[in-house]
Amino acid sequence: MPEAQVIPLDGPRRRPGSPTTPAAKPAGRIGGAIDFLRRRLTGDFEVDEFGFDAQLTDELLLAPLRPLYEHWFRVQLRGIDNVPSTGGALVVANHSGTIAMDSVMTQLALLDHHPAHRHLRMLGADLVFQTPFLGEIARKAGHTLACMPDAERLLSSGELVGVWPEGFKGVGKPFSERYKLQRFGRGGFVAAALRTGSPIIPTAIVGAEEIYPMIGSLPPIARLLGLPYFPVTPTFPWLGPLGMIPLPSKWIIAFGEPIPTDDMPESAADDPMLVLELTDRVRENIQQSLYRLLVQRDGVFL
Amino acid sequence: MGRVVLVTGAARHLGGHMTRALAKDPAVDRVIGVDVVPPRKGIGDADFIRADIRNPVIGKIIRSADVDTVVHMGVIATPVQAGGRAAMKEINVIGTMQLLAACQKSDTVQRLVVKSTTSVYGAGPRDPALFTEEMAPKHPPTSGWAKDSVEVEGYVRGFGRRRPDVEVAILRLANVIGPRIQTAMTAYFSLPIVPVVMGYDARLQFVHEDDAIEALRIATLNQSTGIYNVAGSGIITVSQAIRRAGRPWIEVPRPLLGIAGRSIGSARLADFSADQVRFLTYGRGVDTTRAARSLGFTPRYTTARAFEDFVRGHGLRSGLTSRAVELTESLAFQVGNATERLTQSAGDVLQGATGGRRA
Repeated sequence: MPEAQVIPLDGPRRRPGSPTTPAAKPAGRIGGAIDFLRRRLTGDFEVDEFGFDAQLTDELLLAPLRPLYEHWFRVQLRGIDNVPSTGGALVVANHSGTIAMDSVMTQLALLDHHPAHRHLRMLGADLVFQTPFLGEIARKAGHTLACMPDAERLLSSGELVGVWPEGFKGVGKPFSERYKLQRFGRGGFVAAALRTGSPIIPTAIVGAEEIYPMIGSLPPIARLLGLPYFPVTPTFPWLGPLGMIPLPSKWIIAFGEPIPTDDMPESAADDPMLVLELTDRVRENIQQSLYRLLVQRDGVFL
Repeated sequence: MGRVVLVTGAARHLGGHMTRALAKDPAVDRVIGVDVVPPRKGIGDADFIRADIRNPVIGKIIRSADVDTVVHMGVIATPVQAGGRAAMKEINVIGTMQLLAACQKSDTVQRLVVKSTTSVYGAGPRDPALFTEEMAPKHPPTSGWAKDSVEVEGYVRGFGRRRPDVEVAILRLANVIGPRIQTAMTAYFSLPIVPVVMGYDARLQFVHEDDAIEALRIATLNQSTGIYNVAGSGIITVSQAIRRAGRPWIEVPRPLLGIAGRSIGSARLADFSADQVRFLTYGRGVDTTRAARSLGFTPRYTTARAFEDFVRGHGLRSGLTSRAVELTESLAFQVGNATERLTQSAGDVLQGATGGRRA
């Protein structure tokens, strides 16, 4: 019985759009778009065990961010060669900007401008995965919960992992504290790197602090919405949706020299003293690069 | 010496197939299937005893037949199968206690294999991407089958402590799916319109019914002990599964999913309990490395292929959605062609206008 329904599906009428006969479909971008649409509609795509949908991420999710990256924030990259082309590595960066725009820009930088076009798999707070739509998009874009098993699984399977150890303390800090690194969590990311012997790449991001200068916060509204903070910027919420347009600051993303961890003893990850020391070293490294870059940049917006 | 295997839950789908598979196996002398209801289909060369595992008669069977291996598949997943939640809980929990009590008293039982479920890990936003066997749930299940299974595993662990000489293996199966089996999950995907949780896309893992039986058969016949996750490799998301099945779907806010689900016709078997809604919201994945290494079991079907076989077997692919896809596609194709021609002729015109000499 089911065959009766299946046959017309793969019948000759369907051929023009199917990928098996590429000669029959329009070439170039349009053909690609049709093929993309068909694959989305029929579920003909792959997701990995974390829920990462590479096709969707590359062709749809990141696409609207590219003009922002190129023309709005005019991101300059430094030291992209410090990110290895293969194997697990941990990108650790400062977090800022009221919403986590810095992390997606870093993801885009590594995908579009790294010679190996690497996907950055980020570790996020559980709040992200609890929030409707946000959690779904985050998983599809390749991100997962910041927990030891996931960090180790990604690193040991050779993925490039991104962490923003300041978390909400970093993104949601007032403008007056810009470029001052907050506490670096409990050093879980360092332990994960040590366990898997992955290098840590301290990364400094300049420019993201100025996109939404947070001059205040409305804790009652934040509590009501279940958010860690509710930002007040010079334009938000006063101008409504217009206030959500980020200011066009000029960005620098600088990937620092990798800090190797494979030369440490086997038990290093279980030595809290060593873990905290290394965490501090990474933090200090990023703070110093931030100061250096801030001196070098000639204007915030121009 | 051949073996004597007792299988509980033998009247139901997996139990019946398991009984038949063991009866065919040359390493097994005798298979005794036990269940509260008679089997719908024959169970091959196996003996069937209609008995309630909730009362001590099970001990007599084990004693009189010199059973050396007990395969416990008698934990029921949905209240519909048992005739109400109270009866279901009694069969699952009291039944397991009686069975284990009988095993503890027996001098012949050397091996116990328990079919459990990956739903004992619960589901939630703080879960790791994949659970390994030793991880504790972050969001423990609170009701129904999953909670019963947590309790059953607890009793089995207790039994293991009291009878360390008996080998105990627990198999946690992902959602079993396939062309013939009927479960809450197959019922869900068979709904005329599938309600999905708005703003979430749960990660699902399936194990094909043939693989489930094979895993249990291997666990029955070898000497492996401990807990094993059993699932097809890979992940499929709810939205992907629905599209692959060509089903129409409706996005429903999470608090309304239960109401929406139950109000859609033929939703009798589909489960919209709090735990199931959590599962359909966050999904779950398990790591199956240990089963491959120590149990010696690798599934033949990936998660995606198991689902495909279910869609084919249940004749699910609805004509409506596949026609919609076809229509959209041909429309996009036409538009694409037209645009292509348009840009081409525009290019020609431009070339003419700028004084390009043409024949």
